[in-house]
Amino acid sequence: MANLGKEYNDGEVIVRQGEMGDCMFVIQKGEVEAIAEANGKELRLRKMGANEFFGEMALFEEETRTATIRALGPARVLTIDKKNFLGGIHEDPSLAFRIIKTMSHRIRDLTDRLAHYEEKV
Amino acid sequence: MDTAGNLSYLSERAQQARPVQPGTLQDGSRIAVIGAGPAGSMFSYFLLNMADTIALDIDVDIYEPRHFCHRGPAGCNHCGGIVSESLVQRLATEGIMLPEDVVQRGIESYTLHMDVGDVEIATPLNEKRIAAIYRGNGPRNSEPLDTHSFDGYLLDMAQNSGARVIHKLVTDVRRNMDGMQVTSADQHCDTYDLVVVATGVNSRLMETLEQQTQEFRRPERTKTFICEFKLGREVIRNTFGPSMHVFLLDIPRLEFAALIPKGDYVTLCLLGDDIDDELMEKFFESPEVRNCFPGGVIPAHACHCYPRINIRAAKPAYGDRLVMIGDSGTTRLFKDGIGAAYRTAKAAAKTAVFHGIMAEDFKAHYWPLCQKINNDNRVGKMVFAFATLVQKARFARRGVLRMTVNEQRQASVTPRMSGVLWDLFSGSAPYTDVFLRTLHPAYIGSLLWNLLASNMPGHAAEHDLQSESEHRHVEH
Repeated sequence: MANLGKEYNDGEVIVRQGEMGDCMFVIQKGEVEAIAEANGKELRLRKMGANEFFGEMALFEEETRTATIRALGPARVLTIDKKNFLGGIHEDPSLAFRIIKTMSHRIRDLTDRLAHYEEKV
Repeated sequence: MDTAGNLSYLSERAQQARPVQPGTLQDGSRIAVIGAGPAGSMFSYFLLNMADTIALDIDVDIYEPRHFCHRGPAGCNHCGGIVSESLVQRLATEGIMLPEDVVQRGIESYTLHMDVGDVEIATPLNEKRIAAIYRGNGPRNSEPLDTHSFDGYLLDMAQNSGARVIHKLVTDVRRNMDGMQVTSADQHCDTYDLVVVATGVNSRLMETLEQQTQEFRRPERTKTFICEFKLGREVIRNTFGPSMHVFLLDIPRLEFAALIPKGDYVTLCLLGDDIDDELMEKFFESPEVRNCFPGGVIPAHACHCYPRINIRAAKPAYGDRLVMIGDSGTTRLFKDGIGAAYRTAKAAAKTAVFHGIMAEDFKAHYWPLCQKINNDNRVGKMVFAFATLVQKARFARRGVLRMTVNEQRQASVTPRMSGVLWDLFSGSAPYTDVFLRTLHPAYIGSLLWNLLASNMPGHAAEHDLQSESEHRHVEH
């Protein structure tokens, strides 16, 4: 029995908001949380578990990370290189299908949350 | 109307709207996949999932005489058992995670052994992204392990997607008026709309197909040697660590040799031009190999095989209602065969679902990928020819070693040689990428400097001693 990826301890930062990135990550084991930091406050955006991915925006944009990702308990995470990913997409565009589907779910979720927030305001 | 009713209605509408086109998969089409290695199982998995996205209802039968729960040759598809860095990432992107009981060991470095010394090349991210796996359920006579066969895991995925497994050996495939007739060893015949050959090159079926159909030439093959040494988990951790040990030795006809640590066993994989007893004897006698084992003693192997590998693609790897994938069609030269199985399986599945199942469909949508791999293999032959030159020339080995050791010691130095060796050994990058990187002026300049510096009078002996010290470091 053996593992792939890199181990992170509880609370350890995997990705920091504002840093440049050139890879995305797939959770192999455990859970992580996505945190948006603004005005010294932290807002938890979502919790993610095994087989979910994060940091995918860095593969498509030359922008800084939009959220901090922290391990919730011990977690194991696999890095996906931008070069490997984009090379794969050029050969087989369907490789991006799962990512597009997840990004679509996340946009839907954020839209719902924004609508809910505006209703409250 | 409830959700199930909606889906059913939409599916019926999709079926009504889809015109019946000859030479394409229709609802109720039957597909026979012969062989449940990675190519066969991944083809079935992708085919069924893609068909599902367009509400196409098809049946997939996978013919596989083996049961992957068996230990030893009865449950094994005979292979070194490495899932490359690039394939681990692609599978993860697809949502296919390799479970802990499938991964026997995560590899995080390569240790290069040469007569002038050895050097450990660490993964660029210090992360375990190469998986050492068993194709079957472990070596012959091994104790029951809490492990799962890689091929068995992929077959489970295909079954969960709806494929049916038939544990029979296929002895004949031929065209008839209704489609493709598949005959198994018990003389049972069944007719299919599409036959996918994923038997690898060690099957008699490839020979039969070549003789029967004048349109197909089976892949060219060479013999390899694979064996397993039982050393125990603790000994392996202390001697081999999470590192794959590769050898660049001046032994004629030997292209590549590697010791791959896995659980309680270490797998030896020898690739070259028809591996025979003479070559193996020279390999086992070399001090570089002996020194890898505790006390310099090579134990008796627990399990061994001489599988053949594909070194030149089948031509053409398709026909009307027939396609060859993985080793049966095209694979990468010497490396990343499982990666090539994934790529060809998915390309063939996409062609069958979205384009058609006739020869012109596979020629237009599947063969370009095979050609891409074949062209890369041509460059790969040049790269391996260069590696053979290094194998034969001691001064070149000294230069390569010096350059790699310096890169591994200093984080500030661009790891040009380390990167080339890493990708060559791991099969993580196309050979064309590796070759182009060796043409970079900085790579050539650094190599020339290291060749000079390591072969200066007095320096060579000093460098060899230095490397020996590195060797001891690896041993302990």
